[in-house]
Amino acid sequence: MREFWRRYRMNRAAVGGLVVVVLIAALAVVGPFVHDVDPFEMMGRPYSPPFGEFLLGTDVSGRDILAGIIRGAPVSLLIGVVASLAATLIGVALGAVAGYYGGFIDDALMRTTEFFLTIPSFILAVVIVAIFSPTVVTITAAIAAVSWPSVARLVRGEFIAQREREYVQASRAIGMPDWEIILLQILPNALAPVIVVSTLMVATAILTESGLSFLGLGDPNHVSWGYMIGVARTALRVAWWMTAIPGLMIVIAVIAINLAGEGLNDALNPKLRER
Amino acid sequence: MSALLSVRDLSVHFPTRQGVVRAVEEVSFDIEAGETVALVGESGSGKSTVAAAIMRIIPSPPGIIAGGEILFEGRDLVKLPESEMRQVRGSRVAMIFQDPMMALNPVHSIGAQIVEALMLHTALSRRQALDRAVELLELVRVPAPATRVRQYPHNLSGGMRQRAMIAMALACDPRLLVADEPTTALDVTIQAQVLELIGELQARLGMAVLLITHDLGVVGEIADRVVVMYGGRKVEEGRVEEVFRAPLHPYARGLMRVSDWEGGTGLALPEIPGTVPSPFAMPAGCSFAPRCDVAIEACASRKPLLVVRGPARSAECLLLEDPPR
Amino acid sequence: MLRFVIRRLLQLVPVLLAIATLNFFLLQIAPGDAADIIAGQSGHATPEFVAALRAEFGLDQPMWKQYLLYLGKLVTLDLGYSFQYQLPVASLIADRLPSTLLLMVPSLAIAIGLGVALGVVASRRRGGWVDGLVSIGALVVYATPVFWLGLMLIVLFSIQLGWLPSSGMVDVRANPAGLAYALDVARHLVLPVVTMALFYIAIYTRLMRASMLEVYSLDFITTARAKGVPEGGIAWRHAARNALLPVVTLAGLQFGHLLGGSVLVETVFGWPGLGRLVFDSLQQRDLNLLLGILFVSSIVVVVANLLADLTYGVLDPRIVHK
Repeated sequence: MREFWRRYRMNRAAVGGLVVVVLIAALAVVGPFVHDVDPFEMMGRPYSPPFGEFLLGTDVSGRDILAGIIRGAPVSLLIGVVASLAATLIGVALGAVAGYYGGFIDDALMRTTEFFLTIPSFILAVVIVAIFSPTVVTITAAIAAVSWPSVARLVRGEFIAQREREYVQASRAIGMPDWEIILLQILPNALAPVIVVSTLMVATAILTESGLSFLGLGDPNHVSWGYMIGVARTALRVAWWMTAIPGLMIVIAVIAINLAGEGLNDALNPKLRER
Repeated sequence: MSALLSVRDLSVHFPTRQGVVRAVEEVSFDIEAGETVALVGESGSGKSTVAAAIMRIIPSPPGIIAGGEILFEGRDLVKLPESEMRQVRGSRVAMIFQDPMMALNPVHSIGAQIVEALMLHTALSRRQALDRAVELLELVRVPAPATRVRQYPHNLSGGMRQRAMIAMALACDPRLLVADEPTTALDVTIQAQVLELIGELQARLGMAVLLITHDLGVVGEIADRVVVMYGGRKVEEGRVEEVFRAPLHPYARGLMRVSDWEGGTGLALPEIPGTVPSPFAMPAGCSFAPRCDVAIEACASRKPLLVVRGPARSAECLLLEDPPR
Repeated sequence: MLRFVIRRLLQLVPVLLAIATLNFFLLQIAPGDAADIIAGQSGHATPEFVAALRAEFGLDQPMWKQYLLYLGKLVTLDLGYSFQYQLPVASLIADRLPSTLLLMVPSLAIAIGLGVALGVVASRRRGGWVDGLVSIGALVVYATPVFWLGLMLIVLFSIQLGWLPSSGMVDVRANPAGLAYALDVARHLVLPVVTMALFYIAIYTRLMRASMLEVYSLDFITTARAKGVPEGGIAWRHAARNALLPVVTLAGLQFGHLLGGSVLVETVFGWPGLGRLVFDSLQQRDLNLLLGILFVSSIVVVVANLLADLTYGVLDPRIVHK
């Protein structure tokens, strides 16, 4: 672990990314206490520019943009993290079974995976959310439902590479049940790339969530950055900053997560550093 | 007398994070017009680097020619500007490689790759170049050359590929052919054919050949003279018969002791106990000393000097120095 | 070659069946069926009326019968009826698909063209300013929501500079014809195409760069150098041709992603394509239309993959299509 941290620290961009991620998480947790304003309530004159009475101005209905940014942070982060975790679980389960058993099970599962890789994932997510009216839960589930295939493919590859190794054969020889070999023997050895991919997936999930909210498929009870862009869009001609601010937050958050993820990749795979 | 190629005190270094790798150190040898010289050594001895230096295609991570001259037809290739060097490459000096599957571009036809060489160095039109490509394939005895010329490397067998490779190298009638392990990747039966072809073409076209190999059988078959390399240095040089019959350097002696070079090709360098020292931890003295069965104490601390025993007959060993210390 | 195409087309059958099944499944789990929706729209439907509607649509049949019925309809390209537009879904989609392709194909072409060119340049000057710019650009573009990028481009080029139109496909006030029409459409295309292309330029540049560096380490590059080929010829004639192969594969695979992006971009730019249709059907909860679009866009992706495979075969003589 210390060795891992030492390697991670060597990548300055990754450390910067991690710092920003921690700052945004802090904003999400502490922000509501420091700046306790309802993001849905009209607080002042609409269209106030930033750095006036309101630090980031007000939107078309006079709502405090700063409050929206603060309350939107935990929504974006949570949906991103939970969707990515769920997709990872599905992907690991299917990939592990396919890779470990091979044969017919592998064929069937991989056909399914390829099928889900083929259909346009964003449109599928839109359809799923539209069918079950948008809530934080359905949005998260929809993103997870379209994100798992890449994990499944990755895990399958790792399992195929590992399954003929001596330690697996030895485990089999001593009569260890399959589930134990999969979970306790092989999985730990295949985990490093999975961690990297699911970290990067958090960033993609945040982008997908913002796209859904922008199309009006956001949870009406929670403000989100994508929703704020969708609302501000109508005022693009007179108040471009209203659109720009939440978008910048998304960009910053996603860059930070990507940098952290790439740093993770470098730190976990020292051999690949030179690439 | 002026040789076709004269390598003088050539040193090639690869600066790396862990230190400078001296892949080639002060190597000198000559090649006369029409002559075949074999450069022999284990992998890591620097023999392929010498070839790359002559072509000025030292691979990345960027190595540098740290010193010495490569005089070819009176010009020092080391100092030649890149644009002029490009005129020499493929035209005056050509090169063939170990694995013809890897050395030919998979997405271009055999003909296109030969034509490219011709178009670069001659004034032929594309049509004429294509005709010439067919002639060249015929020259290297590729059957049905008019068909083959349109095919891709993956359509050809290993032996045919190497013939195509040779045809490409010969396209502009080079004076020197550098052959880097030209038979290593081929089947044993094909090896002899390809060697025979090289020998025959050499006689016919009057070009010189620098043959890089670790196969003593190959050396015995077609080389006139041999240069033995170890740890980036030339340790012995001489006519093939001399070196084979009466090797001077303990390393060369080790090679010859076990080898039966008249037995044909396919004879790899015999096993000598130990391994080539790490390029980062070269011994202070003679680099072969740790593996040498006749080494004396001084070998570990002092670099041996080159002892000349006649024209183009030399070796680098403390024990040959007079008096040995 | 022809036989290869036919075989690949036959392989599409199970994929299409899977898409249809998924669609049917989604339709089943959706709360409320077509009868409920029509009833809801008419506002004063009696239970008898709803039951009659159910019988008419075959919704009172057992599940497997409904499934077969659904498949049968799909075979005849009957994707159902859009209650919002009062038109068959298939004809609505057929109407809009060309506009979407008009947006996607140039975007993809520009992305591949520029991505390949920049990737080659970046790989040749490894660590140089192009290389640095490309990696920073890729990092930022990767992280930018495509719809927000579009909005920001509108702010800059339409609102601030007034150079380009921000919305629609053609200027309805001027109502141009002939060449003027084509030019006007082209003008309207610029911003959405740039928005779409930027993300993929970043992707293909990075991929091409990595692929080039890999090819550069191969032996035939050394052969080309030994032949006296100038560096430019080595980069383009020898390396790029080989390095292009993974880019083609990825471009085919990413067509679905591109379609997803076009939903957002068309919404931003009011582009009258499939994506805009998605947005409109969302406003009205027009599920039939939505599922029809999912179905058709999946087919578009599958066809794009097939085209990518064929292109690959043309670029790589080692692939023989039997």
